[in-house]
Amino acid sequence: MKLLLEHAHVEGIRYYDTYRKHGGYRSVEKAFKMTPDEIVEEVKKSGLRGRGGAGFPTGMKWSFLAKPEGVPRHLVCNADESEPGTFKDRYLMEFLPHLLIEGLIVSSFALGSHATYIYIRGEYAWIVDILEQAIAEAKNNGWLGKNILNSGFDCEIYVQRGGGAYICGEETALIESLEGKRGNPRIKPPFPAIQGVWMRPTVVNNVETLAAIVPIINNGGEEYAKIGVGRSTGTKLLSVCGNVKKPGIYEIDMTQSVEEFIFSDEYCGGIANGKRLKACIPGGSSVPILPANLLLKTAKGETRYMNYESLSDGGFATGSMMGSGGFIVMDEEQCVVRHTMTLARFYNHESCGQCSPCREGTGWMYKILKNIEYGKGKLSDIDLLWDIQRKIEGNTICPLGDAAAWPVAAAIRHFRDEFEWHVNNPDEAQNRNFGLAHYADPIHIPAGA
Amino acid sequence: MSEQTPKFKVTIDNITVEVAPGTTILNAARMIGGDVTPPAMCYYSKLEGSGGKCRTCLVEVSKGSEKDPRPMPKLVASCRTTVMDGMEVKNITSDKVLDARKGVVEMLLVNHPLDCPVCDQAGECHLQDLSYEHGASTTRYEFDRRTFEKEDLGDYISLHMTRCILCYRCVYTAEQLTQKREHGVLDRGDHAAISTLLGKSLDNEFIGNVIDVCPVGALTDKTFRFKNRVWFTKPVDAHCDCKTCGGKARLWMRGDEVYRVTARKDQWGEVEEWICNDCRFHKKSAKDWVIEGPSKISRHSVISQGHYVGVKKQPVYIDKVIGKDPKMLLDIHTVSDVNRPEVELSKIAGPAHSDDFKNTGK
Repeated sequence: MKLLLEHAHVEGIRYYDTYRKHGGYRSVEKAFKMTPDEIVEEVKKSGLRGRGGAGFPTGMKWSFLAKPEGVPRHLVCNADESEPGTFKDRYLMEFLPHLLIEGLIVSSFALGSHATYIYIRGEYAWIVDILEQAIAEAKNNGWLGKNILNSGFDCEIYVQRGGGAYICGEETALIESLEGKRGNPRIKPPFPAIQGVWMRPTVVNNVETLAAIVPIINNGGEEYAKIGVGRSTGTKLLSVCGNVKKPGIYEIDMTQSVEEFIFSDEYCGGIANGKRLKACIPGGSSVPILPANLLLKTAKGETRYMNYESLSDGGFATGSMMGSGGFIVMDEEQCVVRHTMTLARFYNHESCGQCSPCREGTGWMYKILKNIEYGKGKLSDIDLLWDIQRKIEGNTICPLGDAAAWPVAAAIRHFRDEFEWHVNNPDEAQNRNFGLAHYADPIHIPAGA
Repeated sequence: MSEQTPKFKVTIDNITVEVAPGTTILNAARMIGGDVTPPAMCYYSKLEGSGGKCRTCLVEVSKGSEKDPRPMPKLVASCRTTVMDGMEVKNITSDKVLDARKGVVEMLLVNHPLDCPVCDQAGECHLQDLSYEHGASTTRYEFDRRTFEKEDLGDYISLHMTRCILCYRCVYTAEQLTQKREHGVLDRGDHAAISTLLGKSLDNEFIGNVIDVCPVGALTDKTFRFKNRVWFTKPVDAHCDCKTCGGKARLWMRGDEVYRVTARKDQWGEVEEWICNDCRFHKKSAKDWVIEGPSKISRHSVISQGHYVGVKKQPVYIDKVIGKDPKMLLDIHTVSDVNRPEVELSKIAGPAHSDDFKNTGK
C-alpha cells in the first residue's frame, strides 16, 4: 500500500511539471472548496496520528489551536529529523518536496496560517535548496503567495535552517530556535497551541504528518481511516537500517507482522550475511530496545504487528514504541553494551543543559557505560546505571531526559546478563561479543511483566 | 487586591491555604512556610521567566483541582505550576518527591567541585544548604569532574564556572535589570557555560547584582575575594544617599571595617532591593554609610553563630503533617533539661518528647 511514496520513483517528480502531471496539487484545489473547519474535521476522521514520535492525534492537536481575534497563527513544519536511525523525512523532502509543500498549503489553509515555516536541521543543507526551489515553483504557478486560487487566502512558506541540534526537534525548543534564541525547551503550559512562535498560537507538525494530509484530503478522511488497524490508521514510513539485507525507506499500512517486515523479501529481506536476529529498536534510538524473542511475539505469545498498539504491547517491561519509525536491526554480532554506550554518548552530547538531572545524568551514564564497555566496570555500576536513569526519567522539562533514560533502562532490563558478562570477563569482552544467549529463543517472560 | 477576587484553596501536605489565582505552588507553600516549602535553586520571584530548571522544587500533585480531580502524571516543578482551586499537593509527605529530590541534589553535585573550603560563598551557599538538607552524605560519582577555561569578567566579578549549576538567574538579572544582554550561556549539556562572548567584561552599573542572585559560588565579589569568611563578619543594615539605586544595603563588617557590601535579602535568600555597583564595590568605609542596626539572619544560618536578633520562629506543623517526621524545627536546647546545669543529668528521663514541645508556648 503506497500513498506517500506512490510516485516516488517517477523520474523528475522533484520538479513541479512532473509532479502536477501525476495528480499533484489536486488536494489544494479540493481543500479550497471546503471550509477550514471541514478540513480539520476530515483530518480528525482520518485518525491520523503524529508521525514525529509521540503519536498524538493530529486532528485533535489542530482543534486545540487557539484562535484569538487579530492575532496571527502559524504552522511550523518540524523537519529537524535528528533521531538516530530515522531518515524518512529526508527521503520525503529530497525526492517529493512538492508533496510536503502541498500538504503545507492545505494545512495552512485549515489552520489559518499566513506565514508557515519549515524548520530544517542544519545538516540537511542540500535539501534546503531543493525545498526552496520547490517553493519558488509552487509560487510561480500560483499555489503560494497572495490570493491563492482566488480564494482570498494568502500564504507564504519560509525555510529556516537550524544549527543541527537534536534538542531543536522538541517543539518548544524548535520554536525558541526559530525565534532566533538558544534552543532551550520551554516549560509547558502554556502549550504552543496557545503561545508558540512569538507568543502566537502555533501548530508544530512532523514532515510525514503534513505530507499525509494530501492523501487524506484527496481520498477523504474515512477512506484513509480504513487503511491500517484500530487506532493506527493510514500508512507509515519506516526507515530501516542495521544488519538487514535491504535497508531503506518502506511505506507500510501497519498490518504487517514484525516477522514479515524483517524477513519477507518485499521489505527488509531478512538479516544480512546469514546471521541471526538478536535485537531491534523499532522506533528510533530513544525507544526501548527489544530482544528478538520479545520483538516477534509479545509477552503473551501473540504475534507482534508493525503498528502503534502492538509495538507498545506490554508497556516498557516487555514492549517498545512505534516512535518516529527508525527501525534499527541488530544481528548476533552486535554488542548491546557498546550500542547503549553510543546512544548514551549521543544524549550526553545533545542534552541542552537546562535541567540538572538530564545535564549531569546523561554524562554520568555515558562515563559508566564507557567503563563497562572497556573492561573497567563493576557489577554495582549496573545497578547505579539503573538508578540514574530512574532519577532522570520524568523529572525533566522536555522528553529528552526520558529519551536518554529509556534505551539504558531497556538495555539493562533485557540484556542484564550481557552487561554482567562484560564486567566479569573484561578481557574477553574486548575480543568477542556476547552473542545471542537466549534472546532469540522461544518466549521468556521476565518477572513482573 | 480587591476583596471580591475569588481565592483558590490549595492543600499542601495536608495544610490548606487560600491564595490568589495565578499563584504558583511554590509561592503558596512559602505562604505556609516551614518544611513544606520546596527548596528552589533557580527560581527567583523577582526575575521574570526564572525557574523550572533545577528541578529541586518538584512536587507531586495528587489532585489536580476541584473540577478535574485527576492527579498529574509526572512530578511538576512547583515554581512554574500555578495552583487550581482544590488542588492537593504532596511535598514532604510524598516518598516519590523525596526520592526525586535526592536524585536532583546528587546530580547537581556530580560536577560540582566541592571546593567549599576555598569558596567565598561557603556559609551562605544555597547548594550547601540544599545538600545538607536533602542530599546523601556520600557521592557515587567516581569520575573526573568537568573543568572549564578560566574566564575573566572584569575587575569586580569573578567567575568560577566549575561551581555553576546553570540556574540562569544571572542571565535573567543582566537582561531584566540592565535592559541589555550582558552575558549568556554558551555550549550545551554538561559543558554549557556562563560566558560573555569573546571574553568581554561585565560592565554595567547594576551588574554587581548577579553576585547576589547566584545561589552558589560561581559569581563572587572580587573586592571581597579571600578577604574573610562570611561567618566571621557581622551583617548590619545600612543606607546611603545613592542617586543611582535606593542605597539600602547590607554591610558585612568586622570591627569598624567594611569587608563587603551586598543587597539585603529576605528569608528566601532573594534580594529585596537591587543596589548599584558604586555602592557595592566602592563604598568600603563605614563613613559612607548610615548604619541602621544588625541584620536579621535566619536562626539556621551559620552566619549569626547562635546570635539571633528579632527572628520569627518557623511555624511548626508537627501535628498536621502526618506520616512523616519533619526535621526538628525547635531549638532542642530550649526544651530539654540537658543544658540546664541545675538539673543533674542522671535525673533526666530521656530525650525530649512530644510533651516538651507542646509546653513551649508558655
